[in-house]
Amino acid sequence: MNLQLQALHWALIGIWGLLAVASVIVYAISRRSSKDMSELVERTRSWWVMVAIFTVSFLVSNTLSIVVFALISFLALKEYFSMIPTRRADRRVLFWAYLAVPVQYFWVYDNYYGMFAVFIPVYMFLFLPFASLLTQQTEGFLKAVGTLNWGLMLCVFSISHAAFLLILPATSENSAGGPGLLLFLIFLTQFNDVAQYTWGKLLGRHKIVPGVSPNKTWEGFLGGVATTFVLALLTAPLVTPFDMVHAAAAGLLIPVAGFVGDVTVSALKRDLGVKDTGSLIPGHGGILDRIDSLTYTAPLFFHFTRYFYY
Amino acid sequence: MLFHAQGRHLMLQKAFYIVIRVAVLFLLGLNVRRKELLPVQGPAIIVANHNSHLDTMVLMALMPLSRLKDIKPVAAADYFFSSPAKAWLSEHVLGIIPVERQRKDGKERSKDPLQGCYDALGDGKVLILFPEGSRGEPEQMTNLKKGVSYLAERFPQAPVVPVFTHGLGKALPRGSFLLVPFFCDIFIGEPITWEGNRIQFMNTLQDRFAALSGEKTFAPWE
Repeated sequence: MNLQLQALHWALIGIWGLLAVASVIVYAISRRSSKDMSELVERTRSWWVMVAIFTVSFLVSNTLSIVVFALISFLALKEYFSMIPTRRADRRVLFWAYLAVPVQYFWVYDNYYGMFAVFIPVYMFLFLPFASLLTQQTEGFLKAVGTLNWGLMLCVFSISHAAFLLILPATSENSAGGPGLLLFLIFLTQFNDVAQYTWGKLLGRHKIVPGVSPNKTWEGFLGGVATTFVLALLTAPLVTPFDMVHAAAAGLLIPVAGFVGDVTVSALKRDLGVKDTGSLIPGHGGILDRIDSLTYTAPLFFHFTRYFYY
Repeated sequence: MLFHAQGRHLMLQKAFYIVIRVAVLFLLGLNVRRKELLPVQGPAIIVANHNSHLDTMVLMALMPLSRLKDIKPVAAADYFFSSPAKAWLSEHVLGIIPVERQRKDGKERSKDPLQGCYDALGDGKVLILFPEGSRGEPEQMTNLKKGVSYLAERFPQAPVVPVFTHGLGKALPRGSFLLVPFFCDIFIGEPITWEGNRIQFMNTLQDRFAALSGEKTFAPWE
């Protein structure tokens, strides 16, 4: 038990240390630069708040962490429903979709994997179109049902996989248990976002998906993958049960999936003609802007881990 | 007794709006632009578009708790004072000033319907006015009633601050009791000052609302 706490504590201390170093660098840049750096400063400040919330919920209990993830899903879903076209007749359907959030996270809390895995893709998938047809309004039915289900999958189903990692037990080769895996996933996903952005700013030349996200470059993508890969190899022995081969595989899976999640939400925003999904996190935009990568990394990393180790 | 009736009502009002504030922040979530333009000292008039019962709640929730007693929403007497219980709640908790709307039976109104508003502005209160007169179809603005221009004329020193809200009618439209969470936008405009002409004043106000509602492209909702 002592050992478990220690590995996680060291990992958390490392994250705080990294954030402190990054803040000093940002401060130095903003002092020296003639350009307006207020957004970067604001973004860094928001990182402190997010890391603080995450650390506290992480240290208090698994249950609190699950509640925090449920809140994140709720806020993301609310952002999604607020920015997409919806039908007035579907108000009740949206209400049912919101109710799926506490139910899905209850399956996590209850460690009921079978239900967790099918509740949204099977039961909500079948129920929402039925609830929608009760409005007796068929105009726009397909669009409504399609968009509601996608939002639920993206904001609730995908993200709940991060929370389910918490429930995974400690094993002989992984004393940090589920919390260690969650920390590994969240840290690398978020770090990869920053690394891809930073490499892109420093070296970015060749656009990678100009039709969707004109600021993304091959240099940013590859630089981010390489940095995250190295970091995965370094941190895996501390908080995961992975051997070197699996650590390397996770170190590629997370940055690549994170990139795909990022540009997927970018495509959605471009279709809707909005720059950010919201304004909840100063300097970052909405909550969906922050967890876009996680919508892809969480389920993929979860099943990778579950297949090889649980 | 330390707390006389007045004090009790104020405490009740504060407690009520603390609950509302938490609910508004959690269930809705507000994106407020230029909050600093919202007047907290009277006499002043806040003019907002009207989509939902949530409109008043949200505007009140944006005010500092200590100022609540001086913020007065203006609302239809026939709706908010239709029963003794409703009237008590409207007067003491919501702090509503009743305005008599056009009588359906065509009879003359008993007195100047705006008298309550004049008195409140004279006392240095902040009024919240919904010059569309009715919530109407959610998220659609209708023509503004000109009562507000009479207030501005009588109190030319009181700033008139336009507030455009979007999303509250989606969350709780007229005729519904089911609150569905949506992020809501609250755009506060520069104050308008009285320049001596009622028609010109109303046109300026209408233009301000048009400009505020054009600040963002809102998601379609039919």
